[in-house]
Amino acid sequence: MVSGRRIRADLSVFGRGYVRSRIGLFFSLIFPIILILLFGAIFSGNGSSTVPVFVQNNDDNSSLSLGFIHALNATNTMAITTVSPGVNFSQYLAAHSGSAGIVIPSGFGSSLSAKPALPVSVTIYGNPTSSTDGIVVGVTTAVVSAFNLGLAGAHALVSTQQVSVASKTYKYIDYLVPGLVGFAVLTSPMFALVNISSQYKRDKIFKQLSLTPLTKTEWLISKITWYVFLTLISFVLMTGAGTLFFGAHITYALGIIPFLLLGPFLFVSLGMLVGTVSKSVESAAVVGNLITFPMMFLSGTFFPVNTMPAYLQTLAHVLPLFYVIDGLNSVMLYGNYTSALTDGVVLAVLSAVIFGLAVRFFKWRED
Amino acid sequence: MSTIDVSSLQKAYGSLRAVDGISFSVSDGEVFSLLGPNGAGKTTTIEILEGLREQDAGEVKVLGLDPWKQGYELHKKIGVIPQGFKFVDYATPKEAINYYAALFGVKVDADAILKRVILEDSADVYFSKLSGGQKQKVGLALSLVNDPQLVFLDEPTTGLDPQARRAVWEVIRTLKSDNRSVLLTTHYLDEAEELADEVAIMNHGKIIASGTPAEIIAQHGSGKQGESLEDVFVKLVGEEARGQAGDPPASAPPRRRF
Repeated sequence: MVSGRRIRADLSVFGRGYVRSRIGLFFSLIFPIILILLFGAIFSGNGSSTVPVFVQNNDDNSSLSLGFIHALNATNTMAITTVSPGVNFSQYLAAHSGSAGIVIPSGFGSSLSAKPALPVSVTIYGNPTSSTDGIVVGVTTAVVSAFNLGLAGAHALVSTQQVSVASKTYKYIDYLVPGLVGFAVLTSPMFALVNISSQYKRDKIFKQLSLTPLTKTEWLISKITWYVFLTLISFVLMTGAGTLFFGAHITYALGIIPFLLLGPFLFVSLGMLVGTVSKSVESAAVVGNLITFPMMFLSGTFFPVNTMPAYLQTLAHVLPLFYVIDGLNSVMLYGNYTSALTDGVVLAVLSAVIFGLAVRFFKWRED
Repeated sequence: MSTIDVSSLQKAYGSLRAVDGISFSVSDGEVFSLLGPNGAGKTTTIEILEGLREQDAGEVKVLGLDPWKQGYELHKKIGVIPQGFKFVDYATPKEAINYYAALFGVKVDADAILKRVILEDSADVYFSKLSGGQKQKVGLALSLVNDPQLVFLDEPTTGLDPQARRAVWEVIRTLKSDNRSVLLTTHYLDEAEELADEVAIMNHGKIIASGTPAEIIAQHGSGKQGESLEDVFVKLVGEEARGQAGDPPASAPPRRRF
């Protein structure tokens, strides 16, 4: 029989030790906030959505050429750096690590003002393998078309209008907060339990505990309880930091709770499993890192999973952390409870299986 | 009923026969000392009696229970201090005692137990900050929490200063006077001579001599006046075995038959 009294006693000793050692507290509470501040600061700058483009105006600053550059600027998609006329443009691009450039030829203004107007060509320099190449070509072509229509005295018949698919617009920080909550849910219990379980085994503390009425299931439940508690605190601190410093939009809904419970439950068990099947403290750390790091990067912690190649997306779907982060995103960003429910069920099944394996392979005593 | 009954006990690690068919018994209120060089099989024997290892063959009954199959019941009635006892770094001796009391579901006076093992001055010091001897005394204190019928003390005085050693002796004498049994292993032969009612000397997994210290000296000694248990032990086990170091699975001493 599982005894609440014994779990409380173990929790009290473990919790006090955890707080006193301070290292664990740093990694579970302070470190995730530092990550929010770092990543939030890196990606919340205004310039990140514009493409740097070098523009050389060889037309003596005629009013038409300046108008063309103004029109490019007005699209708000380019960060334009002007290059003096007469400079070798290709060499200049190479010297300044530029991957996109536009050259306005001399005689641009006079050719267009002539009666009848003479054709001119604007040259676009670009690297077709660069992801921003399409933006530069597309935007420049659109500006050229608008110029052509204007000069011909015509007006556009077909126009476009945009509708945002999300009910509100999201910033990177809005995706970052659930991702980093997932990061904390994974790393703090996982690293700690891999370490503790292999050390307790080496120091024969498990053996010692096996001589008391405490059972291994009770010991494990005590650790899970502690990490659920830490995760809840960490969640409040992280979402608070995201909102306070970067104005993140967080939807606080009850649907978040299951993921904050199941996540630590799963990763405490997984850490225990890794630590207990490893021969030494060192090999446990290696195996722990081999599992933790790929999972950390491939589950949507820092980058959304749907931006990854298809085979990596498939891989992500076998990683437990994916379901934590996807579930948190579904609740906190999209309010999509159907998707969250699927994630929750998958997570619950995975947690139960890994908990079962951890209890099965975790040996109190020798044979 | 005996406290401990062992007959034809065997345990092997691969080809090494760590415990090779030993038999002995310990009665209520008796201090029984298991002696022998490193690697003789003492710790393996004790761990089987505690229910931490399963024997390959032979009969074992401790307080009438099968230690391996009924370990959970047995553990409520015994106290154990393992060799090189370790505990959680950031817990104090007092917290450790209260933790054990909660696990066993008993009420104890932590200060009284600390006083009994002369650790009251370090009651609130983190375990990681204690000296080796003090750590060992925490182990001793914990083994007393559940008021055990039988206490296993595996080298409890190794690394202790003389004063602390006497404190452990006092604890053992008090247990005996309360009609509790003690199974003691030690490398200090004077300790065994001082405390033990019965002694068994093990070497290479076998018991090579047993009886009261006086009987062993009489049977196996050279008959000289004032001969100590240590003199007889050295003669029995031989200089070669005394030079051996390490635990049973790590270094197997060459097989010798007596």
